[in-house]
Formats: sequence, structure tokens, C-alpha cells
Amino acid sequence: MAMTEEAMRERKEYAKKAGWKIFAIWLVLSLIGEVLVLYVWGPHMPPGDMTTSAASQQFDFKVLTAMVVPVLLMVWVYGAWSLINFHATKTDRGDGIPLRGNRRVQGIWYVTSAALVLFLAGFGTYELINGNGVGSGEGPSPIWKPTAKHMLVVQVIAQQWRFTYRWPQFGGMETTSIDLPADTTIQFDVTSLDVIHDFWAYQLGVKADANPDVNNVAYTTTSNQLGRFTVRCDELCGIWHGAMYNYGHVVSKSAFYTWASNMEAQNASVTKLLPPFATTYTPSYSGAGGGYYPSYDPNGHAVTY
Amino acid sequence: MNKGARISIVLVSAAVAVGLILFGIFGYLRTYPPTVVFTPSPTQPHTVDVTLQVDPDVGPGHAHPAWPGWFAKNAQGKWVQTTLYQVPERTYVHVTVYEYDSGGPLRNPIWGKVTGTVGNDVVLNGKTVSLLDAAQGFGVGHTIVAPALGLSVPVWGLSGTEKTFCQTGPCTLSNAHNVETFTFYTGNHPHNYRWQCFIPCGAGYLNGNGGPMATTGYMAGFWKVVA
Ligand SMILES: [Cu+2]
Ligand SMILES: [Cu+2]
Repeated sequence: MAMTEEAMRERKEYAKKAGWKIFAIWLVLSLIGEVLVLYVWGPHMPPGDMTTSAASQQFDFKVLTAMVVPVLLMVWVYGAWSLINFHATKTDRGDGIPLRGNRRVQGIWYVTSAALVLFLAGFGTYELINGNGVGSGEGPSPIWKPTAKHMLVVQVIAQQWRFTYRWPQFGGMETTSIDLPADTTIQFDVTSLDVIHDFWAYQLGVKADANPDVNNVAYTTTSNQLGRFTVRCDELCGIWHGAMYNYGHVVSKSAFYTWASNMEAQNASVTKLLPPFATTYTPSYSGAGGGYYPSYDPNGHAVTY
Repeated sequence: MNKGARISIVLVSAAVAVGLILFGIFGYLRTYPPTVVFTPSPTQPHTVDVTLQVDPDVGPGHAHPAWPGWFAKNAQGKWVQTTLYQVPERTYVHVTVYEYDSGGPLRNPIWGKVTGTVGNDVVLNGKTVSLLDAAQGFGVGHTIVAPALGLSVPVWGLSGTEKTFCQTGPCTLSNAHNVETFTFYTGNHPHNYRWQCFIPCGAGYLNGNGGPMATTGYMAGFWKVVA
């Protein structure tokens, strides 16, 4: 049944009004949503702000969520409005209005989504390479280094199925637990003794693959927020992969030095037996501990163990 | 056949198929070596004695006769090939290990240090030691490491050329062996504490780390601390 001119105009009027109402509801909800995201939920977002890297990741999550909220609300508000108001009554057999493109709406749509996507691309790239960003200070040759004069170096040695930690500034001792001082820049040198593992200290915002024969570096600076963090292996590495985790603590500087000197004394006997500190901790190809390495060096590398 | 009957046939056969698959999976997952239960003697309520041996080959009659593995002496004095040991909480566990396997240098020398035992030491062939230098002698054969208990005990290896070197388990005291004893406290948190060997002793597997190293009953197991 074709529509009369009159009915069509009426419907157009109605649609226009509805459009403004939808826009208004969306605007109000979006503003509320943004405030909630930035000031209520945001400060509690993972991974927290125990370190600069964690804080930077939290900031990234905050920005991404803030960008996403209006988009999500637009879909929801429009959807809800349609469900409630834009349905035909049982007796309505009339056609809808013939739809024509609305250049202005389309234009706004294209420009807005392009701006959104371009912003995210730029923001993401910047956050990847900026100091303390997710990707800048990590890898075998990081593109960014912290400027701190004094860094605490912690070598993370993964093996099936445990992490140990080597402390070159404390006589090269090795420990099976990890404490870190507050307010300190830390350089993690991550390597593996056998297969691929992954050092993931979630609350520190630090995650680095542990590959045999490779030194993956990750930098971060602890804040003065003390507390416990989890160290977890994040690369499926065998039967006890799931049990390959332990807890570390960020403690005050003085508590850290007490802990470290205690550990140094306790481990003095074994520290003597350790190989000299090297950035990788490759077992001898001649077969230390098991003797099942190939009897030659398959990569032609100097053996650093 | 009507529609209802056909639908029932489809549903029933699907259920049977899923059931069979689940039965297979759980049947496989539930194959565990036996747990040896250690109970305190009535006269010494908070101590248990655990006697273990570790052999170069567990020997015939076991799933992988050529793999190295652990045996535990049960209450009847029989050697049971397993790595699952149940001990009470708040208890001093006196462990005696008969080591029949050869050793070698440690991939990471830190595992030569004794930790988590009373006194952080072991008595090896009658001598108290707190550190085994695996670059000396015939090195370390295996280790008993339960990270969550803080327990780490290296077990001194033998020369593989000993005249009476044990070939297949369970070995007997007439075979060449080292005796190591130590005591640890189980604490007051009942839990299944996983333990493993840190000497890659899976001969023939990548880096020595597969096979027995990845199999409960051989080089990986649990200290089941119960209330
Ligand atoms: Cu791992
Ligand atoms: Cu072993």
C-alpha cells in the first residue's frame, strides 16, 4: 500500500525528532560513561600502577576504553530505541518511507570513524615506541632505554619448570625468589636454559619471552607502591608449565638491601660455583647436567656458560 | 519410523559417542601411579620415615622399563615405583634416599645447594653436607625439588662404571649406592606439593627434558601433605 504525501511527511518529522532524541540520550550517557571510565573505573584498571610500565599500560587501557564507550553506547542506544519505538503495530500494513542517502549523516559517520581509527593508529604507534610503552624497552635490542643512572640488573633464568634470578650487582648470586626495591629502575635480562618460556610479571607490566641463547631485555621503574606481584610463565613449556609461577614483592629500599645482603651471604657457597655472569645462560654443549645436548655447538656460537 | 523416533535415535547415538570419548579421556587422565601413604608411628606422633630409591632404569614390569625413576618403600616394606607420597601436616619427614644412578655436572649449579631441610643440609654417606659441587666427583644424579615447600635436595651420583652398578630396578643394597638422609617439616598448609627432578635425565629426549622428566611416577610427582 503506497503512502500518501501526508503520511510520509509525518513519518519523516517523526524520524527527525527521534533522531535528535537518540542523539541527546547518547550524548548524556556518553558523558556519564566517560566520567565513570576516566575517574571511577580507570584508576582500578589492570595492571595497576606498581611500575611505570604498568601505569603506562593502565593509561592505554583507559584511553582505549574511553574511545570505545561512545561507539558502544551509540549502538546500544540506537538498538534499544529501535526495539522500543521503531516497530510496526500489528495492524500496520503500510510501506516504510523510501530511503535515500543522507549525505550529511554519511559524511559525519565517515569522518568520525576515520578520525577515530587514525587516532588509535597514531596513539598505538606512539605508545609502542615511547619510553615505558609496551614495546619500546623490550627485546634483544630495545629501541628505548631509561635514562636512570643507576639500574638494578636482575637476570631472569627460566627453565623447566622454575624461574631463578641472578644478581650481578650482588656478587652474581642466584636466588629462587625475587624482591625488588621501590622507586628504582630495573633492567630485566630474560633468558632460558632449555625451551621457550615467558617471564610475565603482570602487576609490574613486564612480559618478556625467555628464549635459550637470547637475552631479552625489559626495563621498568617501580613506584613507591609496595606489595606482592606474581611471576608467571606465559609460554606452554611442558607438564609443570601451570605450576611455573611464584610471587615477588616490591619492598622498601632498605628492606630490599637487607634481603639482598642476606641472600648474598646465604648463597655465597653456591655463588662460587656459578659460571661468571653472562647475559645468556646457555648450558655447555658438552652436556652439563644430563649430557644430552649435542656434542657439538649446532649454531657455531661461542659457548657462554 | 516417525520423526520423534528418528530424533531420539540421533540424540541417543550422539550421547553415546560423547560418553565414549569422555570415558576415554578421563580414563587416560585418571591413570596415576599409586600413592604411598606414610603414617607416623604411635610412639613418635609428629615424625614419619620415608625410604626412597632412585634407579637408572626402573626395570621390567613397569610402563617404561628403561626410564630412570623413583621407588618408595611402603608400609609392608615393598618397593613401589611411584613419585606420589602422602605425609601428614605439621610433621617432620625423615627421608632416606638410596641413590643407584650415575650423575653429572649441573646445568645450573644452584641446584647443588640444599635448602628447605632441617639445618639446610643432608647427611651423605655419613657426612653432613649443605652443598654438592656437581663439577666434582661424579656429580649429581637427581634432585628432589618441591618449590612451594622450599625444599631442594640434590642427590649425589655414582660412577656408571662401578662394578656392582645396578642395571634394573628395584636395586638392592648389594648394588653400588649412595645413602642420603635429610628431614623436612611439612608445615600447616595441607596441599599437594608438586616436586620434580632438576637434572635433565630423560635420555634420548630433547635437552634431556622429556620422557621421565615429564611423567608422574618417574621424575615428577607430589608430596601430598594431608591434615
Ligand atoms: Cu615455562
Ligand atoms: Cu632425574
